[in-house]
Amino acid sequence: MKKSLLFLLWIAVALVGMLAVGVVAVRRGEPINAMWLVVGAACCYALGYRFYSKFIAAKMLALDALRATPAERLENGRDYVVTSKWFVFGHHFAAIAGPGPLVGPVLAAQFGYLPGTLWVLAGAVFAGCVQDFVILLFSVRRDGKSLTEMAKTEIGRVGGFVAYAAVMSILVILLAVAALIVVNALKASPWGTFTIAMTIPIALLMGVYLRRIRPGRVLEVSVVGFILVMLAIWGGQWVSEHPPVAGIFTLTAPALALLIIVYGFAASAMPVWLLLAPRDYLSTFVKLGTIALLGVGIVVLHPTLHMPALTRFVDGTGPVFAGKIFPFAFITIACGAISGFHSLISSGTTPKLIARETETRIVGYGAMMAESAVAVMAIIAACVMQPGVYFAINSPAGIVGQAPAAAAATISGWGFPVTAADMQALAHAVGEQTLYNRTGGAPAFAVGMASIFSNSLGGQALMALWYHFAIMFEALFILTVLDAGTRVARFMLQDALAHVYKPLGRTSWYPSILATSALVVAAWGYFLWQGVKDPLGGINSLWPLFGISNQLLATVALCVATTIIVKMHRTKYVLVTLTPLAWLVAITFTASWHKVFDPSPRIGFLAQARQLAAGPTTSETARLIFNNRLDAVVTGILVVMVALVLLESTRQWLEILRGKKESRLSESPFVMTRIAEEGQG
Amino acid sequence: MNRLRKILWTLLAALREIFDEAAYQRFLQRASLASSPQAYAEFLREQERISTRPRCC
Repeated sequence: MKKSLLFLLWIAVALVGMLAVGVVAVRRGEPINAMWLVVGAACCYALGYRFYSKFIAAKMLALDALRATPAERLENGRDYVVTSKWFVFGHHFAAIAGPGPLVGPVLAAQFGYLPGTLWVLAGAVFAGCVQDFVILLFSVRRDGKSLTEMAKTEIGRVGGFVAYAAVMSILVILLAVAALIVVNALKASPWGTFTIAMTIPIALLMGVYLRRIRPGRVLEVSVVGFILVMLAIWGGQWVSEHPPVAGIFTLTAPALALLIIVYGFAASAMPVWLLLAPRDYLSTFVKLGTIALLGVGIVVLHPTLHMPALTRFVDGTGPVFAGKIFPFAFITIACGAISGFHSLISSGTTPKLIARETETRIVGYGAMMAESAVAVMAIIAACVMQPGVYFAINSPAGIVGQAPAAAAATISGWGFPVTAADMQALAHAVGEQTLYNRTGGAPAFAVGMASIFSNSLGGQALMALWYHFAIMFEALFILTVLDAGTRVARFMLQDALAHVYKPLGRTSWYPSILATSALVVAAWGYFLWQGVKDPLGGINSLWPLFGISNQLLATVALCVATTIIVKMHRTKYVLVTLTPLAWLVAITFTASWHKVFDPSPRIGFLAQARQLAAGPTTSETARLIFNNRLDAVVTGILVVMVALVLLESTRQWLEILRGKKESRLSESPFVMTRIAEEGQG
Repeated sequence: MNRLRKILWTLLAALREIFDEAAYQRFLQRASLASSPQAYAEFLREQERISTRPRCC
């Protein structure tokens, strides 16, 4: 009886899901309610988790609850700690959820809500969740080895080197893009700049409180920090309304870029307890709370999506970024569908906390599903705005013009009506001087989120406060990615430099700390500066570069996973990783080809360099030409490296399958778990 | 009611884990120390040695 009821329940979930996704996919010409997206996503995740992840766990991976995990065998109370699955889930989700699932879907909304939604749902269920799950399990079976170590032992030295190079490149580009998003969100915004500036003394205060006054009381100090940040948002309004003070915090993009570069260097070189750790706690606190609040807000308010399912920009002429749906929608949305960076977390801290192999399913597959749900919320936040407003915020001045009337006329001419008066009224409502040309996705997301929040709580009177709360929320954890990422890159660089001169590898030797911090900050600072000075807004060239490098890292992770599956003699299930791998190779290699060689100057780096060389020469021209050529070279190098890993992996699969090579796994030997024995009584 | 209490307890415990409070308690237990600024400084040094805390994009 119970079994047949369950069967009927799952049939009902499948039917409801089919109906919801069907409405999202087929409805044209009239706005749809956001709840169709929410219900469709919930059903897809439920079915994906119940059936697909269970199939992978049982058939392909053969998860073994009796096999002791490294957390149990190597438990030392420090990094190897047996931890409850829900706690590991929280840890893992807090580490993988960054600005990507918020910003990518907002940018891709220029194609309409449909392409992004379908990619986020299918990409997560069949690719992203699978990658996170299998890499986590394979790392657990190898004592918590990192992706680069697994690539080296399973694919060979080329795999290890490429994984290392890909990680370094992705970090540098990611940090530059993250910083650029903050710059674009805060330029000419005294309210936002003041609030974010205040988070630095607040974090320092939290650091001193934790270290000297109430050691270890992190939750308590995070609550205190949160209250202070809310006061800073409130104070920001006062600052913006008093011109003498507002002038101090009204900064240009280059000035903000320089300040962020200095901040990144300081955060990397300063003791971790003073700034980095408290900021991390504060941003995690705000991040988890706000994501939960946004989810509740969307369900309670169930707003209407004003963006059409598909816009005219599917032809590749979009103002937010240039390029057609294939491949550009799939590299623009990475973190909500599949992100190579997650494989670093899945093979980092998380595998050392897992108590049982069977828990890798909820942590690996489940946490990525939660991240994908965040991306669906971002799509909703972007699409509740009137399309004209969305394009006015996200289009660079180089495309729509600098003057409000000209920009509004250009956007209205595309079929998305908006007037300069509408934009002025909206800017006034959110407490900003202007909302034009705020590229990067963060301001558009903040407007959407503020509209959802203010309609649920406080009405239009609180719109400005909610907008700046959203900006603070995004900038806070983007800056956390920036300082944590700079530090991680510094450690990786120190590791590599230790082969040249041993003291350079010492993480406590200050000359090395300062030199490597400066090198890392200079690398991402260069790309940031390039983005700030780019007449097309920077995001047009940097976000695709970031998407390509992130997805190339996912390609490396799936190469490692497929190689291990072949070595495990589970070849009949190899399509589980081979299909997303083939898709990623198709999108990343096609996108890279377009970004380097496309004849359109808005897409191809080399075409843009040629156009600049043929045009009038200014003091900036030579540098812009060099930057475009540099971006082309970086893209080319990344693709060639990943192609090498792909070739090396394919050679291994063929040799093993033809019986020419012995398949040797580097798993830790089986040890019977004590936890299961005790559990079994 | 009991179920709600259990959910709230799990949520709080998960937050304590995410925010490293649980890790600090384990450190104090392992090192047989009482909580103090010195003990917390030592805990932070150990944390920095074993984990670089990457945060995803």
